[in-house]
Amino acid sequence: MSIQLNVNGQDETIDSATDTPLLYVLRNDLRLNGAKFGCGLGQCGACTVIADDQPIFSCVTPIMMLEGRKIRTLESLGTEEHPGPLQQAFIDEQAAQCGYCIPGMMMRAQALLERNPKATEAEIRVALEPNLCRCGTHMRIIRAVLRAVDAMAGA
Amino acid sequence: MSPEAMQKDAHLTGNSGRSPAVGGPRRTRKRRWSLLIIVVVVALGAVAYFALVYKPAIAPLPEGQVPTFGVALVAKGSSLASIGDCASCHTTATGAPLAGGLPVPTPFGTIYSSNITPDRETGIGTWTEAAFARALQEGVNAAGHYLYPAFPFDHFTHVTADDAIALYAYLMTRDPVKFTPPANQLGFPYNIRTIMAGWDLLFLKKGVIAADPNQNAEWNRGRYLVEGLGHCGSCHTPRNSLGAEDTGDEYAGGPVIDGWYVYAINDTSPAPFKWDADGLAGYLRTGFSAQHGASFGPMAQVTARLGEASDADVHAMGVYVASLMARSNAPAPPPLPAQPILTSGDSLAPPMVVDVSAGRGATIYAAVCSSCHESGRLPPFGGIDFHDSTAVHADDPQNIIDMVLFGLPAGEGRTFATMPGFAGTLSQDDMVALLTYLRTTFAPGKPAWSSAASLVASTMSGATPVKLYSEDGVQRGPSPVNPPGANP
Repeated sequence: MSIQLNVNGQDETIDSATDTPLLYVLRNDLRLNGAKFGCGLGQCGACTVIADDQPIFSCVTPIMMLEGRKIRTLESLGTEEHPGPLQQAFIDEQAAQCGYCIPGMMMRAQALLERNPKATEAEIRVALEPNLCRCGTHMRIIRAVLRAVDAMAGA
Repeated sequence: MSPEAMQKDAHLTGNSGRSPAVGGPRRTRKRRWSLLIIVVVVALGAVAYFALVYKPAIAPLPEGQVPTFGVALVAKGSSLASIGDCASCHTTATGAPLAGGLPVPTPFGTIYSSNITPDRETGIGTWTEAAFARALQEGVNAAGHYLYPAFPFDHFTHVTADDAIALYAYLMTRDPVKFTPPANQLGFPYNIRTIMAGWDLLFLKKGVIAADPNQNAEWNRGRYLVEGLGHCGSCHTPRNSLGAEDTGDEYAGGPVIDGWYVYAINDTSPAPFKWDADGLAGYLRTGFSAQHGASFGPMAQVTARLGEASDADVHAMGVYVASLMARSNAPAPPPLPAQPILTSGDSLAPPMVVDVSAGRGATIYAAVCSSCHESGRLPPFGGIDFHDSTAVHADDPQNIIDMVLFGLPAGEGRTFATMPGFAGTLSQDDMVALLTYLRTTFAPGKPAWSSAASLVASTMSGATPVKLYSEDGVQRGPSPVNPPGANP
């Protein structure tokens, strides 16, 4: 059974069971390895991607619920040669230690900044609460998102 | 004086001067009688006012006289304040503890909770013990003003004088905070505090409730706490048109508070399995029962505080509430399964088999919910078995809608049930399909939720605002929800 998905602006025909989690399709079928498998239970946020304007846990979202919606992954934010403003802010603040949580952090932050381009530190803390970092770079992550707020406002 | 004013004045003088000239002696006598009657009525009214309505101000504690209390008394007051849950209403999400300012919506307008820190200017720092006790027991503040029953003095009136002193000791030893809460927003006539005298006459049953000799001491202690300081009925008993608890319908549950449906806690409780005293005591202390569910609405504040109260008191409350819920026909909950002993490579649970042809709701359940709720892990590490869930068995689906959309946020530093929210994932149609599947599969025989579609829509649009708390009683959301696909 096949399902049509729109990922990072491209229409894709996915030949998988309808209850397959989006994360598996992204990583295994589409070779988009930005989103990470962390807990598989929607509790750590490493798998976060954006559907339309909402951050979602791709590990607990079956593809059948995403037909007709625009999915964006970390790869949509920029490239290694040309990182997007949020990615550049994370690089500038050296916000990653092991880096495993960072794609999810960035996608949730991206959704926040699209909804609220002037997000304050308090709003960033609340918005990023569902995403966990075991290394403890939270302070740098918050600084990076604040830096992105400034960068995007200046752009 | 302006010419117009003088004219007006002259006109009035003319009027008042006319009567004696026109009326004869008979008229004058009649007039004297009516005057006398008026005087008598006014006098009687004054007597009634002073006897029934007027409450004198109680002299403030003199400046510089800071009352001191023994540690044991303050500790007792602390436990009682946890049972009374003072902090939930007298603290805002961002404000200092007990400094007040929380808006309490009522059908009569919005009432803001008062500052009950010992600040002399804006709190209760000038209140004497007697003034504090009068507020609890009569609903009248130190200045002699009537209080509105958003402050549940209709329950606190049952608190003993000794416990009132302990509560006073606890509050007067908190940090004073200078903060003036916003003024109440009440329309006429509700903005006149004196009308509460009439309300009190009708609905305030003052005094400590006598012990029931047919019940044991623990039950009586439980009733004392539940009916008094615990003020469970304030939320769990429906209110009449005058905002008083409906005495014919005690603990019948009722409307939605802060976006959460209030369950009945009498013999009409929707819980599929009988609550017992131990189960209730555990739930009240932790906010979680593996065989019923978890509290994430305003009840999470209650259970978070009860976690800090005395064990014996919370157990007594469990004993009493279990007796309220007693039903002869309710089954006892099945024992939790024994922890399986696994060897490496064993799967914890048999693979989930869901008939996808059963419809979209079944498919969503299998794909989204089952990885936790059918995991074989014991709650709270796995999801609750929905056969046991009170939310799925209740007449109103509001609470299960809230949990699916917003999830169960984690509190800090405790092991507890958590769940991701699916507001960004599920469409309204998917939500309704899932709810229908849950209801028909796990609560067979219960009527369908006819209100599901409209409640899903109003919750997702924000028309029904939902306050979400983690199990530590801290408000954690939800963030605004936009229906998937809709651009804000």
